Parts: sequence; structure tokens; C-alpha cells
Amino acid sequence: MPPVFGVLFDGLAYGMLLFLMSVGLSVTLGMMNFVNLAHCSFAMLGGYVTVTLMNAFGWPFLATLPVAFIAAAAASVLLERLFFRRFYNATELSQCLLTIGIVFVSVAAAAYIYGTDEQPVHLPAYLLGSITFMGLDFAIYRIFLIAAAMLITIVLVVAVEATRFGAQVRAAVNNQRMARGLGIDVDSLFAITFALGGGLAGLGGALAIAMVGLDPSFALTYLIYVLIVVSVGGLGSIAGSFAAAIVLGVSDMAGKYYVPALGSILIYLVMMVLLMWRPTGLFGRR
Amino acid sequence: MSSQAVAGPHDFLRAQIRWRWSEIAFWLATLLPFVLAPDYLVLASQIAITALFALSLDLILGFSGIVSLGHAAYFGVGAYTAGLISAWGFGDPLLGLVAAAFAAGIFGYLTSFIIARFRHLALIMITLGIALLLQEAANSASWLTGGFDGLQGIHTWPIFGRFDFDLYGYTAYSYSLVALFIVFLVARRLIYSPFGLALRGIRENGQRMPTIGAPTHVHIRTIYTIAAVIAGIAGALLAQTTETVSLEALGFQRSADVLVMLILGGTGRLYGGLIGAIVYMVARDQFSGLNPQYWYFWIGLLLIAVVMLLPNGLLGGLELLARRTQGKP
Amino acid sequence: MQKFLCCLAGVTLAMLGIGSADAQNTVKVGLIISYSGQFADTGEQMDHGLELYMKQHGDTVAGKKIELIRKDTGGIAPDIAKRLAQELIVRDHADIIAGFTLTPNAMAAADVSAEAKTFMVDMNAATSVITTKSPYLARTSSTTPQLNYTFGKWVASHGSKTIYTMVSDYGPGIDAEKWFQAGVKESGGEIVGSVRFPVGNPDFSAFIQAAKDKHPDAIYIWIPGGAQPIAVGKALAERGIDPSKTKILGQDALGFESALKGMGDISLGIITVSNYDYNHNSAMNHEFVHAYNDAYHRNPDIFSVGGYDGMHLIYAALQKTGGKTDGSSLIDAAKGMSWESPRGPIMIDPQTRDIVQTVYIRRVEKVGGELRNVEIDKVPNVKDPEHKPQ
Repeated sequence: MPPVFGVLFDGLAYGMLLFLMSVGLSVTLGMMNFVNLAHCSFAMLGGYVTVTLMNAFGWPFLATLPVAFIAAAAASVLLERLFFRRFYNATELSQCLLTIGIVFVSVAAAAYIYGTDEQPVHLPAYLLGSITFMGLDFAIYRIFLIAAAMLITIVLVVAVEATRFGAQVRAAVNNQRMARGLGIDVDSLFAITFALGGGLAGLGGALAIAMVGLDPSFALTYLIYVLIVVSVGGLGSIAGSFAAAIVLGVSDMAGKYYVPALGSILIYLVMMVLLMWRPTGLFGRR
Repeated sequence: MSSQAVAGPHDFLRAQIRWRWSEIAFWLATLLPFVLAPDYLVLASQIAITALFALSLDLILGFSGIVSLGHAAYFGVGAYTAGLISAWGFGDPLLGLVAAAFAAGIFGYLTSFIIARFRHLALIMITLGIALLLQEAANSASWLTGGFDGLQGIHTWPIFGRFDFDLYGYTAYSYSLVALFIVFLVARRLIYSPFGLALRGIRENGQRMPTIGAPTHVHIRTIYTIAAVIAGIAGALLAQTTETVSLEALGFQRSADVLVMLILGGTGRLYGGLIGAIVYMVARDQFSGLNPQYWYFWIGLLLIAVVMLLPNGLLGGLELLARRTQGKP
Repeated sequence: MQKFLCCLAGVTLAMLGIGSADAQNTVKVGLIISYSGQFADTGEQMDHGLELYMKQHGDTVAGKKIELIRKDTGGIAPDIAKRLAQELIVRDHADIIAGFTLTPNAMAAADVSAEAKTFMVDMNAATSVITTKSPYLARTSSTTPQLNYTFGKWVASHGSKTIYTMVSDYGPGIDAEKWFQAGVKESGGEIVGSVRFPVGNPDFSAFIQAAKDKHPDAIYIWIPGGAQPIAVGKALAERGIDPSKTKILGQDALGFESALKGMGDISLGIITVSNYDYNHNSAMNHEFVHAYNDAYHRNPDIFSVGGYDGMHLIYAALQKTGGKTDGSSLIDAAKGMSWESPRGPIMIDPQTRDIVQTVYIRRVEKVGGELRNVEIDKVPNVKDPEHKPQ
């Protein structure tokens, strides 16, 4: 196979990483109009949970993933109950200020607890290395990432499209007032969705650290990438985030391979072109 | 803002443009550091510069509803312009200031055509994109900008050939404060003009304004360009008073910080950015002095506390307090 | 509004009114370091290093008590660094300024050092030109050309003739690329390709693939520390490059302890250049590493030793001046000073005030089940090749 397939494959894997970290934000932003800049703090939490369980308690990598999900979900529900729900009707700017405050606190707390150094992440042997297929190397961890992301997407899409819960979520995203009028308990729905969004971020963070590393600045570093995916994908759209993450991941990787001079700016260029073409995002409604 | 019953729009504006005692007190208070805290003049000058930057953001965010996460682009253009002119051997500060205002204004005018077409999240991300692209361009053009190491060889001449920039920051603070005050006067005049009123109309309902004959896009482009000019002046002031410019002048951090300061102070009030810059930077200076590694924690708590207790920022909260104590509804 | 402004004025007064008394028998050392943000770890290690020196040698020298004042720049921020330097000197009456993890910050503060005639010790920032910015400045870390030019010459004269270079696309990376390539060419090697990748680039597979397609004898990779070495290691493993066949070369960051831990066995055989490693075999270093671990529960690195030696320079210079703290006395005392450091013998060049030291070439090997940098060669008494005295 020509090397372009290898580049596409790497880009796809990178895109899946972006997707996992951002899909939760897209749903909560689309549904509740809540600008949660602390989303990557949940991803960071998931990362630290995985690292702690692996390095201090000797858990296998895969077993830490559900815990990372649950811990981040629990943290996001807690924050939702304590802070966020008071701000659903506040201005977006107040939401920004609140959540950026939370980011600052989380960054300092992580530095205090774990120190500022890079956390070592040891993947199990069966996730290391690569397999050669038709003359190209495919890294096993990337295959694992893509598979995991596909699986999560399928579960999410089924849950949103085919379950009662999903129908309620969609109703609340489309018209919150009408949904309330129909007797949907929008408040609990918000809390559950937040838990889900935060949990997915935690899981995304846990999967990402093996590729991109983990230190306390994680919560700020990846915020920009997550915002890019969400805005390009369109608010509240799982399919949109998925598509946007693939487009951005692949174009980023292809750009770096073929035009390294543009490597750093290509992702921003693609974002701007896509947003100028479709200001509400690829799959956005509003 | 006071809410008296007024006859017509011109009376309304006339009532607003009158100077209040509190404003006069504020500007007199800006002179206090000279007397009471002469050791803090360097900090005071950087606060004044940041306040000017925040004022410029308030013009587009608070008065026209344009949320920008990339306002540092114009700050940086101003800073690099002033820095380059000085590095090329023309260190006169006023010349640098004018050139920086022009350069930032031209860049602001060009980008305003893009800005005026978008709203909401797309607008935020496009402003962010512009700033990030510019920062990368500055990194690549290291032959011009000095790249990562920063621009070297900046030397600012004494103002009017007389007032040299000293280690204590007397000149730096005087210079920055005068610039802030003059620009503030212009901005204040602008906001209380019919043009300012039209901007607030756009902020409140951007779709309806064209139907009453207001050229929305032209207004947005105008105010965006003006804001860019002011941001450029702020950047030039920082470049000149510190004789340094680095890529961080264009960075995301600077854009985000100024946004945080403005929201903290309160948007759409002219003084919000000023108060926000003072409180944030003094808090940062004190917290990081006490706790250089974890001061972020305390700043974060401060932001959370302010937004929980005072949803309209410090200034909004204080106005509420003032109204309550004076027994007004 | 009115009331509030009165309030505000009051608060400002209260906050600004805090003055500091000046004691006669103290020497104040102002530290300007990135304690928070992206480069916080560098700052933490440097602070540990200099603090340990004070713990070991007492906080009194030449009859004067050393007092540290710590200031955070929060990352790359020359405007803040310059202000902190001004404030330290003007308000806190600091006699010496030191620290500086990042080049732009060091350059900005050097202006203040020159103007106020204050002794300044650069304990990390590695761009060559920094020492020319103030006549009162000495450096105790290393310079990028010092390490990379030496390394380039060594590599090309030890079997690798075709070399591909890849560096982070910003100042230090470009500097390293320039001097490494110069060293290689001087020793008859050939650069078969080169690439600069974006700073903070999270995924290196595309670049490694491009390098692999050229089939070089060796690939030189320059990256800053943090998450990047781990990402490089992952990409190397995935792209199937075996460091024992195609040599992987780099500067210290690629061989940091955290980097080796993160990369795992794929790092075996990577050859790096550095001025210090905690595995360096000397009695003094064993003692240093031991004390460091006791105090901070981790191993020291190049930043720690930069801080440690920086503090030594301050102590020794004060000793020599008998406690005189003016810039000219201290820098005159520092010039030509040489001493035994945990990294080996070092000296402050009397002409350039820059550090002269041994440059070590190390290869990652497994020692006692742990991945370590093992010294395979060394070049003694290396000066910075860029700024030779006129």
C-alpha cells in the first residue's frame, strides 16, 4: 500500500483521541448551553486516576479505564450540583469565568498532589509495537484507540437514537422549554448528561495520556483542541464531533507529513475554513 | 448606569456623558501610587497597560457583543511594530505609539471583514484562529521578530527627549497612565455618542438593527478597528516600557487573561476592564509572591467566588450595593 | 459607584502599603523562575537544587545571612521577568538576581542587571547570547551550542556518516540544529535530510516515518522536555525503528529520567549528550544524589545541578569579596572561578563569564533492571563555541 494509507490511519487514530475528549463537551454545550471550559480538567482527572491505579496499586491498564470514567463522571456531577446548575440561566461570560476558575484550581491541585513532573504511563505489552500489513506498519495502540472510539460512538449513537433517555436528551437539546412542558425531568437529565460527558472526557484522558503524556498543564493544553473539534462539529452533535475529529486529525497528520512547514498551523487553518463555510459546524443546527 | 426618565435620545446621551463624582475620584486615585506606593510603579504601569487592553476588549465585547479569544493579535501587532521601529533605530516613544496604532488598526480593519460576518461560537473560534495563525507566523519569521528568544535591540528614547525610562518606573507609569486616560476619554465620548447607542442596539438584537436602517456590519467593522487600534497602543506601551517583545505578546494566554479580567470587572461599563485589571493583577502579584508555585489555586478560588456572589462582575456587584444603600430599587 | 471607589482606594492602599524593612547583615537573592505553568517542573527542580545547597552549607556566608525571595514568571513572559527584576532590586533591595529557566526571561532581566549593576546568575537558560547582555552575568548551566556542536563532531567521527535531523521549530531547537549540523559537517558527516516540527507537537509518527524513508545512519531528535520525549518514544516503537541499528541521537531531554521511564525499553541504545546525569560516577555526585533523594524523594537533573552550582557560585563569590555585594566585585570574583561540581570539574570562563565544563556522551542501557544513561565518552573543558572572547 502507498504510505498515504499509513498517514490516514495515524490521522484517524489522532482524530479518535480528539473525539473522545471532546464529545462530552459537545453534548453538554449543545443541550444546556453551558460553556464548560473545565471539560479538560475531567480528562486530566481520568488520566491521573489511571496513572495512580497503575503505578501505585499495580492495576492492569484496561481495568483502570472504567474507574477513570466513573471518577470523572462523579466529579462532574458533583460540580454540576454544586456550581454549574446555578449558572444555566447565567450569561455565557459568567459560565466562562466560573469554569476557568475551576480549571485554575484543578491545575494547581494536580501540581500540589502529583508534582509538576511528567507521569510515566506503562502500557501492557500487548498494546505496544505495531503490526505490518501490506508493507505498512500499523501501531497496535492506535488500532486499539480507533476500535475503542468506534465502540463508544456506536453505544452513544444507539443510546441517543434508540432509547427513551436518548429521546429525552434530544428533546431537551432541541427545545428545553417544550421538553419541560411535556413533563420531562430536565434537571435530572442535565445531571445525567453531565455525568456522561464528564465520564467520557475522563475516559478520553485516560486513553490519551499514553500518547500525549500527562502533567498538570494538561487541562489547559488540550482545551483549545477540544474547542476546535466542538465548534467545527456543531454543538450537540455526536456525529458532527466524530466527523470533525476525523477531518482535523487526518488533515493535521497529513499536513505534518507532507508540508511540515505548515504543520503547526494547518489545524487552525482547516478550522477557520470549515467555520467560514459552515458557521454552525458541520452538523450544527443552530 | 442611571435610569432616569429622559425625553429623547440626545437628552439620554447628554445625561450619561456627564462626569460623575465617582469617576473623578477614580482617576484621582490612579495618582495615589506615586505618593503611597512608589515601589510599585512598575507594576502600576503594567496594570495601566493591561487596563487599556481590557478597555479595548470591552468596546467590542461589552458594547457590541463580539466575544474574542484572540484579541492579543492586535496587542501583539502593536507591540512588534513599536519594538521593530525602535530596534531599527527610531526609539522615539510617540512615533512608535502612532506607528503601532496604525499597524494594529490596519490589521484590525482587514480582519473586521471576517469578524462582522460571524456570531457565537464560530466568531470566538475564528478570533482565536486569527491570533494563533499570527503567532505561528511570528515564530516562523524569526529573522524579523527574533522568534522564540524575543525581539532584541529595543531601546526606547526618553519621552520628548527629557523623561528617561527609569528602574523605578516613574516614567513608565506616568506615560502609561496618560495614554490610558487619553484613550479612555476618547472611548467614553464614543460610547455616549449616537454611534455608541447603535452598537448597544447591535449587542442587544443584531437582527433587528438593520430593519431600522442601521448599517450593522459597518458599525461592527468600525468599532472592531477602533478596538484594534487601542489594543495596538497597549501593546506598544508594553513593548516600550519593558523594551521586550516576545511571542507571548500574541499568545492565547494573553487573550484569555484579558477576557477573564474584563468579565471579572464587569462588561459593558467602561470601568469594568480597568477594575478587573487592577484586582486581577494585584491579586496575582500578592498570591504569587506568597505562593509562587500554587498561586493559581487562589486566583481560581477568587474567580469562582466573584462569579458566584457577583454575577455581573465586581462593578455590577458594587453598583447593586450602591443602589441598595441609597435605597433605590 | 462612589462608595466602591473609596473602598477600592482603601484596599489598594492597604495592599500597596506593605513595605519591607532592610537588614544590614543579609544578602538577598531574588529568584526569578517559572514556578507555575507549562515549565513548572524545571523551576521546581532548580529550586530544589539551590535550596539543597543552602541546606548543606548553611545560610550564612562571609558573616551574612542569605535570604531568598522567590518570584514566579508563570512561563515565558519577558515583560513580567523584567518587572520582577526591577521590583526585586528597587523594592526588595535584592543584591543578586538568579534562576531563569527560560531564555526570553533571562534576556529581559539581564537588561536590568546591566542597568542596576547587579550580579546575575543564569542557572538554566541556554541560548549563547544571554551572557553578552550584561557584564554582571555568569552562567552555571550549559549552552545549546556547547552541547550540540561537541555532539555533532563526536557523532560523525564515531561511525555515523549520514544523519537526519529533526528539531522543535523554535529558538532553542533551531539553535541546536545549526550547531549540531555544523559539528557533523566539520567531522566529515552528511546531513541527508532535516525537518522542523511544531512546538508542543503531540504526535511524531509522521515525522519519524519521513525520517525513516531516507534510511540514515542516525536520526538526531531535539525536543524540549515534558510530554514530548514520551511521544517520540511511542512513535519510534510504532514505526519500528530499532535504536541499536539506526542510531537515535538527542540532547539531554530525550534521556531525562521521566523520558526513559515513559518510553520503556524502546529507549535502549538512544545516545544523548548532556552536561549532567544523576548516574554520573563520582563520590561527590553519589552524595549529592543521596541528599537530594532524602530531601525531595526524586533524582536531581540538569536543572537541579544548575541551581546547585549557581548557589555555589554565589556563596564562593561572596566569600571571596568578604560579603561585598556590588555587581562589579561579585562578577570579578566569579570570573575564572573553578570548582568540583556533582557533574565534574567546572569553571566560569574569565572572558565570557560562561561555563566551561565536561560534555558527556551517554547511551541508554539497562543497569540492574533500570534504564539508565551510561557514559560512553566525554569531552573535557568545552567552551561555548558561539561567543568566543574578542
